[in-house]
Amino acid sequence: MSAFTEGLVTATVTKPRELIWNDSRSGQARQIPGIGALPYSNGKFTLLRDTRTDGSFLVHHFLSFYLRAGCKVCFVALLQSFSHYNIVAQKLGVSLTAAKERGQLVFLEGLGSCLDVLFGEEEQAGRPRPLRFISESASDLRALFEFVRTSLAPAAGDAWQGRALLVDDLGVLLSLGAAPVAVLDFVHYCRVAVCSQLQGNIVVLVHSSEDSEDEENELVVTSLCHHSDLILWAEGLATGFCKDVHGQLKIIRRASLQLGGEQDVLQIYQYKIQDKNVTFFARGLSAAVL
Amino acid sequence: MAAPGTGGAVRGRGAPSFQRKAPAGGSRLAAIAGTRPAVRHGQLLLSSGLPSLDCVLGGGLAVGTLLLIEEDKYGVYSNLLFKYFLAEGVVCGHDLFVASAKELPTNILKELPAPLLDDNCRNELGEEATAVTSEDFQDSMKIAWRYQNLPKMEVSPTTSARFGHYYDVSKTMSSELFQSIKCHSFFLPEELSLPPTIKMCNMNCGYARLLQSIQKLIYQEGFDGSHPQKKQKNILRMGIQSLGTMLWGDDICNTDKPEDAHSLTKFLYVLRGLLRKSLSACIITVPAHLIQNKAIMERVTNLSDVVVGLESFIGSERETNPLYKDYHGLIHVHQIPRLNSLSCDVPDTKDLAFRLKRKLFTIERLHLPPDLSDTVSRSSKQDLAESAKLLSSGCGAMAIGKKHLDF
Repeated sequence: MSAFTEGLVTATVTKPRELIWNDSRSGQARQIPGIGALPYSNGKFTLLRDTRTDGSFLVHHFLSFYLRAGCKVCFVALLQSFSHYNIVAQKLGVSLTAAKERGQLVFLEGLGSCLDVLFGEEEQAGRPRPLRFISESASDLRALFEFVRTSLAPAAGDAWQGRALLVDDLGVLLSLGAAPVAVLDFVHYCRVAVCSQLQGNIVVLVHSSEDSEDEENELVVTSLCHHSDLILWAEGLATGFCKDVHGQLKIIRRASLQLGGEQDVLQIYQYKIQDKNVTFFARGLSAAVL
Repeated sequence: MAAPGTGGAVRGRGAPSFQRKAPAGGSRLAAIAGTRPAVRHGQLLLSSGLPSLDCVLGGGLAVGTLLLIEEDKYGVYSNLLFKYFLAEGVVCGHDLFVASAKELPTNILKELPAPLLDDNCRNELGEEATAVTSEDFQDSMKIAWRYQNLPKMEVSPTTSARFGHYYDVSKTMSSELFQSIKCHSFFLPEELSLPPTIKMCNMNCGYARLLQSIQKLIYQEGFDGSHPQKKQKNILRMGIQSLGTMLWGDDICNTDKPEDAHSLTKFLYVLRGLLRKSLSACIITVPAHLIQNKAIMERVTNLSDVVVGLESFIGSERETNPLYKDYHGLIHVHQIPRLNSLSCDVPDTKDLAFRLKRKLFTIERLHLPPDLSDTVSRSSKQDLAESAKLLSSGCGAMAIGKKHLDF
């Protein structure tokens, strides 16, 4: 373990303290507690999962984290518009427009792209539209995968530290008519291309719930859970709504996937979302209670 | 806190996400009638037509978002909310677009409630509201002094000036108010004669035609900024009634395994795209109690911004239950969007009930009266536990069972 993580782990064990997640004053993004120095060139697949709450704050964190770390990021943003992510990222200290201009960020705005497919002019031969599957009968996500692959492909003259793919969120593809198998194939192809070949990282957000009746979604989520190296699971509190504690975050490090065959490491923190950052603390030790 | 207007290039959520050629007219956006910027992040807000619903939603409905109402069993109150939304558009001077498969849009517009614009009416209403909540207006509470500082959910009529109006349900809006308003309509039986030209596979015909009309309207009238020199900016308020029913050609309300389970979600996704890039807002009522496949409702909720469910007491045993005698139904706020920020303004309490009087539709915290009977009545306590289970949605209701905890 690096010295950084040792400090964080002992802090949570010895005394309750609020661990600031994103210190915009110092300009550095510290890690979510317990994850450790998240290596950004290690080919890891991180699954962001939320149940009965909104886990999009994790997406914003990872986006600003990878951009600050100097990685080339491909962001498939299916649910919200560019200006939404831009405004939140500015609060976290990163400018998405600047990142786009210098070529560090490739942003696919799903909403705009879908409108192009449906109401735009005919597709040009050289530039297929990523969300083509909406208008075509074939429900494979090949065009989307090609978009991801070409945007993260190594080009001559770029000096980015690593590669990262972010998807927000995968359930939208199911709502648009893609079959669950097609979505899993897409994720698999992306893993091969990004994690294995380019040694980049993938971060995907999905929604799930235990008593959900959406079987297709649960199938995708369960399958992704089995294959991911790190799972960040944001849940609403089981005891109900609380103003001071917005939910709890389970961090599951899948050590069982590695060669040692150890058990998965599970850590649970509770969090409160504020305007510009998220504070994490051990369970039951929120500032409102102490 | 001032809105994060760095460099003036991105002016809050009200600015659609297209490239502007002219410098960002931040002050011009705020000058659109009937809107106001949100306190937290400078987003443009509209009134939903109900000032107490605006309070619950954290100030109002953001421009570019979708308000989904899950209809109550007989559609009485959801229809009313639908009409309030459109009536607010008329009073503010916004353009209207009404889509329906069962009623002629012109008939819907003829039945909009009349706004209370006179000062006489406002005073009368102020007295009525004062009489109802007289104990709240005391200068200082002597016994229940701990409750003095609790926020009041209800907005009194005398405090809301420009944003949000009150309507008299017993009178219909006079036609003079409609004269300057552009109303566009979409009545499905008339539109089905033309085949849709939209290039979407497996899409329900009715939805495809509706999307086409909306897109054409937004483009031609310039709500997405495509004709910047045309005229003063205005908001387009869209209302779609009873989406998902058989009348739209969709069978998700009839069977557990519908033939095409994706039409409604695809429609909502494309509508979201159209809303985000234009100065518009949309209200949709969906008969959620009829949709048998709950997976579809979950996806619909994920694809909408604000989701409010209405549960009226008409026809249920709660209508005669003395515990609920002051209210006409419950309101469940299933989702409030987080737009342009990490957090959102959730209401303090999740137990909300509504009450409709002739001139006032209020949404307030559900107050159950104290149990003053001599013997403890088990039936009422069981009912309370049930209602507590139903009401505490949002952050999980796992731990709440049927047992009544007796302290």
